[in-house]
Amino acid sequence: MQPILRYMPHEFQWDVVGTRFIWYVLTAILIVVSMGSIATRGFNFGIDFAGGILMEARAERVIDLAPLRSELNELGVGEVAITTFGDTGRDIMIRVPQQAGGDAAQGVALKKVQESLGEGYEIRRTEVVGPKVGAELIISGALAVALAVTAIAVYVWFRFEWQFALGACLALCSDVITTLGVFSLFQMNFDLTTVAAVLTIAGYSVNDSIVVYDRVREMLRKFKKMPLPELLNLSVNRVLPRTLLTVFTVFLTVVALLVFGGETLRGFSIAMLWGLFVGTFSSIRVGMPVLLYLDLRRDDILGGVTPTFDHKAKPAE
Amino acid sequence: MLHFSIPKITMIFAVILASIFYSLPNMLPRDIVKQLPSWWQPMNLGLDLRGGSYLLLEVDTSAIEKEQLADLEEVTRSSLREAKIGYRTIRAADQGVYLTINNASDLDAARAAIAPNTVGMTMDVQAEDRVHILIPERLQRERQIAAVSQSLEIVRRRIDEFGTTEPSIQRQGADRIIVELPGVENPERVKTLLGQTAKMNFHMLEPNASGSDPRNLPAGTMLLQGAGDLAGQTFVVRRRVEVSGERLVDSQPSFQDGLPIVNFRFDTAGGRRFGQVTSANVGNQLAIVLDNKVISAPRLESAIVGGSGMIRGGFTVEKAQDLALLLRAGALPAPLVVLEERSVGPGLGADSIAAGATAAFVGGGLVIVFMIIAYHTFGLFAVFGQIFHMLTLFAFLSLVGGTLTLPGIAGVILSLGIAVDANVLIYERMREEFRSGRTLLNSLTSGFQNAFATIFDSNLTTFIAAAILYFLGTGPVRGFAVTLAVGIATSMFSAVMITRMQVWMWYRTGKRTTLPV
Repeated sequence: MQPILRYMPHEFQWDVVGTRFIWYVLTAILIVVSMGSIATRGFNFGIDFAGGILMEARAERVIDLAPLRSELNELGVGEVAITTFGDTGRDIMIRVPQQAGGDAAQGVALKKVQESLGEGYEIRRTEVVGPKVGAELIISGALAVALAVTAIAVYVWFRFEWQFALGACLALCSDVITTLGVFSLFQMNFDLTTVAAVLTIAGYSVNDSIVVYDRVREMLRKFKKMPLPELLNLSVNRVLPRTLLTVFTVFLTVVALLVFGGETLRGFSIAMLWGLFVGTFSSIRVGMPVLLYLDLRRDDILGGVTPTFDHKAKPAE
Repeated sequence: MLHFSIPKITMIFAVILASIFYSLPNMLPRDIVKQLPSWWQPMNLGLDLRGGSYLLLEVDTSAIEKEQLADLEEVTRSSLREAKIGYRTIRAADQGVYLTINNASDLDAARAAIAPNTVGMTMDVQAEDRVHILIPERLQRERQIAAVSQSLEIVRRRIDEFGTTEPSIQRQGADRIIVELPGVENPERVKTLLGQTAKMNFHMLEPNASGSDPRNLPAGTMLLQGAGDLAGQTFVVRRRVEVSGERLVDSQPSFQDGLPIVNFRFDTAGGRRFGQVTSANVGNQLAIVLDNKVISAPRLESAIVGGSGMIRGGFTVEKAQDLALLLRAGALPAPLVVLEERSVGPGLGADSIAAGATAAFVGGGLVIVFMIIAYHTFGLFAVFGQIFHMLTLFAFLSLVGGTLTLPGIAGVILSLGIAVDANVLIYERMREEFRSGRTLLNSLTSGFQNAFATIFDSNLTTFIAAAILYFLGTGPVRGFAVTLAVGIATSMFSAVMITRMQVWMWYRTGKRTTLPV
């Protein structure tokens, strides 16, 4: 059997710059829908941010949800949500909203629920987050995302010229916003692992921008007379095989995580899966055409004093 | 450029061998690992994988402030009483105490009497007969810092006494304590233990007073609720602390007439004082007060000398054990509030490990199969690089005593997918160069050369994200940041060194004229 890459076209002929308006519209729709959803629907904050109690329990026999639901809702600890998961019908997730009355009140509610469940259940996981910690986690989560975006932009700015940094940053922001948008639109559980996923997506998105930009910079040096639109197209198409292959391998691992990783990692895997697709193409969708408008002069690149690795292909010794 | 010298190859093999050596304990059964030396141990498993409880506690500093004011009020009152200076009111307010004396002419004498007990505080004369004694912020802070340190110590003692294996107790920030208890599935009892300040004092009951109206109490007494089998009753207790619980040196649970009791023993001074008090009060009732509740009120039939005694409070066996433990470990200077609790049972932990391992094998397996289908020989080189990357990652985490969490496993799996990116970048570059008409050696060399800067830059950004996550994240998410960051470093090394070495060996061991892809 031949390596399958023999069947991959050598030269892609994708006119990214020419079709850029399609990408603008698509990106604009994604962003508007995301922002709209975040503004109107907000997030379905999980226990880490909203506080309250989360319990995972396994019963000795298949659970009849209705009586359990009414029993727990009569405890006076607010609206208790119970969902089953897995395929045995014995696993449940119990969610109790944050109790009024400060941090100490959460423990009291936990005790009530535990006592009400009684002997027939194995309590596999308990998480209690009081209002103080919940508020702090929201701040540190938001701070982490903001800091990561800034730090990455500064790094790209240091390694490239400002036009690239801005482009990478815009692509990155569009990825972060659309990922958050998906979580808001489908009201998926948003917790600390989601923030971890968003940051990983941020890193991955810029990773991709850098690969493309590195090539643009190299092409600018190599083809001094080529018009910019043509040059951008050429760069994108040159790195496209690599992009497709890498997306595919990461995709394989994320799917394995989604299918086999268990309940705790589900939200993380879904976020990663989505981020993988938007993140990969944002560098092409957004990051590429942006360079057209940013007065990217060859002098900046060629006469630049920016510290770079030697990109010129040297013949071997 | 492609060339590898003998010392370089030796070094790489040394790294490979060391990685195998240090990651080995992770694959050995538990009873063998136990006998290994401390520098050759597997990675730690996070609480979410091995099962256990995490508690974030906060010292209630507002209680300390209140107590500090009450102390000041008390010391002012007693100093004036000793100096025989009459006063109209002593009122705690505005971070201090307002004192109004009877005769304005006594003001200087009053200030002199109070001064030795209020070192570091400011005295603000507001009228001829009125002084505001203010506790400056510095003193408040000092007291809070001391209280947090003391709380940490008491928490440590209580948990040590409770007897869990490998507990970890750390201070976090100004007034918080993190308690991690591996293997403790339901921390209810630990929480009960930590939730009590356990301040115990011995008072006397006011004889012949059985009032329940707090406004109509004899001077120098207070109304307290009963607890345990005295619950529901109220007691008129003299305010004066006859013997403080701080004088206790030991306390053990025991039985008397088949009922659980708690034995206690005072230090020498405490024992002497207890003897005096009990002999002067034969026939009266003692009040044993724990956290402002009367837990026992025995009638003294004779003096209790010898410095020891017992509490009969209608305890259950567990309650008696816990009270004895609390008295042994000492009282907390302020109440602790549980801000956050996360507990995972051992069943779920084991399931999570199994799920993580399955996902890793499937994910890794798919990537391996794909790389071999896509690149044949070179794909195989990448796979060896991947295996090396996993080995060094595990070896590093084992060596530095890193902790593996469930999100950490996700980080490892993800790094499997991301790591081949470096190989793909290199190989695609080689293909491109080769197609453009260069010689094979030239293409191989420039593939590595040109791809390196890109690999470095692109990985560094993910590294930045991981670092920020590490510093701002907590617990399991931190574990993710660690494996992601370390995984990036080891995967870069494996792509740049291991894969390159294999490609070089491949080139040397045959008449190669064309790329396998």
